[in-house]
Amino acid sequence: MTATWLLLAIGGPMIAGTVAIPFLQQHRVQVAAGVAGAVLQAVAAIMLVRQVATHGTVVVQSGGWPAPFGISLVADHFAALVLLAGAIAALAAIAFATMNVEEDRSRHGYFVFSNVLLGAVAAAFLTGDLFNLYVSFEVMLIASFVLLSLGHARRQARGAAVYVTLNLIASATFLTGAGLAYALTGTLNFADLAERLPLLEHREQSLALALLLLAAFVTKSAAFPFAAWLPASYHTPASDVSALFSGLLTKVGVYAVARTVTLLFPHEPVVQQVVLFLAGLTMIVGVLGALAQYEIRRLLAFHISSQVGYMLMGIGLMSPLALAGATFYMMQHMITKTSLFLVSGFIERGAGSGWLPRIGGLYRRDPATSAVFLVAALSLAGIPPFAGFVAKFTLARAGVEMDAWLIVGVSLAVSLLTLLSMVKIWVDAFWAAEPAEFRWHAPPRRLLMPAAALAVISASMGIFGAPLVELALTAGEELATPGTYIDAVLGSRAGT
Amino acid sequence: MEGPLAIAIGVLFGCAVYLLLQRSRGQAIIGLALLSSAANLFIFVAAGVGNGLAPLVHAGEYLPPEGAADPVPQALVLTAIVIGFGLLAFFITLSYRVYRITGSDDLDALADEDGPQ
Repeated sequence: MTATWLLLAIGGPMIAGTVAIPFLQQHRVQVAAGVAGAVLQAVAAIMLVRQVATHGTVVVQSGGWPAPFGISLVADHFAALVLLAGAIAALAAIAFATMNVEEDRSRHGYFVFSNVLLGAVAAAFLTGDLFNLYVSFEVMLIASFVLLSLGHARRQARGAAVYVTLNLIASATFLTGAGLAYALTGTLNFADLAERLPLLEHREQSLALALLLLAAFVTKSAAFPFAAWLPASYHTPASDVSALFSGLLTKVGVYAVARTVTLLFPHEPVVQQVVLFLAGLTMIVGVLGALAQYEIRRLLAFHISSQVGYMLMGIGLMSPLALAGATFYMMQHMITKTSLFLVSGFIERGAGSGWLPRIGGLYRRDPATSAVFLVAALSLAGIPPFAGFVAKFTLARAGVEMDAWLIVGVSLAVSLLTLLSMVKIWVDAFWAAEPAEFRWHAPPRRLLMPAAALAVISASMGIFGAPLVELALTAGEELATPGTYIDAVLGSRAGT
Repeated sequence: MEGPLAIAIGVLFGCAVYLLLQRSRGQAIIGLALLSSAANLFIFVAAGVGNGLAPLVHAGEYLPPEGAADPVPQALVLTAIVIGFGLLAFFITLSYRVYRITGSDDLDALADEDGPQ
């Protein structure tokens, strides 16, 4: 079993970003390196999914150290699928950036840091070690800090300040959790932790660890009650940066929550209940916040938080079907959300602003943009036959099977409100009469291409998505039976 | 030795939280510095503190001698210190830039202005 694809998914963008550092002054080299890194990762992710689908979990023991002692890199169905969706969304965002990033920002390292970000996200998805996950989070954070603060806007500095402060607090919490995990069990390997945590003498110890880790990961995934940093910051940088962030960053947090709940603490039902409780509140608070907004990107930013609630719902329910739903939800969310942020970037470029009262009449001026937005927005709201519908249907069905009526009711009501807020953008930006001061400078058509490609993928994930759903179901099965993961990682130990 | 250190860590965490709850950005910087120090110290104590032997494996053996110190938390804390230092440096630079832009040290000056930009 070859380790090439797994290592390339992390190393490809990291190497491309590093190689580009000496050439910061040459815009073309920067663009080429940026695209090369993203393409390498996308190819590696596709091959990794194929490899996992045929051979099962891929495990690489770095440095050749046997499992609990060295750092394990693990790709099961869940990790590989989420990585694939993230890589595709990131590729589209970077393709948009090649046409949107000015030379000034590329000179200050836009493409270097976006590639470092991609590598760190892949590392977070593929690592099998708690401390290594911490390091990946930090690399991802520092890259995102730089991307977020590249530029001169006044509100950008404010957004970055909120984002950085809250994420640093979450990091310190995570670090303390990692220390506690080592103090309690003497290991940091996920598989090894999963075996030892249920054997702890005092239940409070394991609960304290669970809550410490959850507090950190819930902050990173912008879920209630620690969601404030996301809507305060995501609309402030250039649209290419928001698009890149919208698909990737919070999902790494959700991924970490999923691993914590399903692998480390499946023996603590309280943890699942806490996650489920937070899931419901996150959905509601996020969507209500979104409804109150008048700026496209800000509205979409609140929706990220609301949608994270759905993913947490799947994780909290923890049946194989619910986990499959969460996996599929994460995948389609990365694609759809990035598409919406890219469309809003296109609109802002043409209209000079994303402020809804200032734009209107886009449907008549630009039907193609309207079509792309409509597909992505309907998918987000969960209208058949798009991908969002498949994801929400799976989650709702899993909830009904477990008689979790409350959370199912909340999720369906929030779906309606999501549709309502999408209708708000549609009516204000596309249908309403043009305001008097409205000027539309049609951007080059190619700027719409990345968003259109993602919208097509999102639609076809719903219509022709059966193979993907099959893979997601396997991922759900694997997540619900942690033994698979543990055996795959520690299997080498059994022989010795 | 763990007892006094545990109390020290608790005090550090308490001070950090207190400072982070203040409105001033300057205090938030110190709060974050204390927070990361507290977390680092916590990891350091995780394996127990004592007069351990150096964890050197003798030739021909696979395990370090009995009573050797656990090297893992030291490796972890070293990584964490470096990362924490880098992030704090970035945070200070960013805070200075926000101060230059807003002309105020008060976090409320950061309150988002709603409206078209």
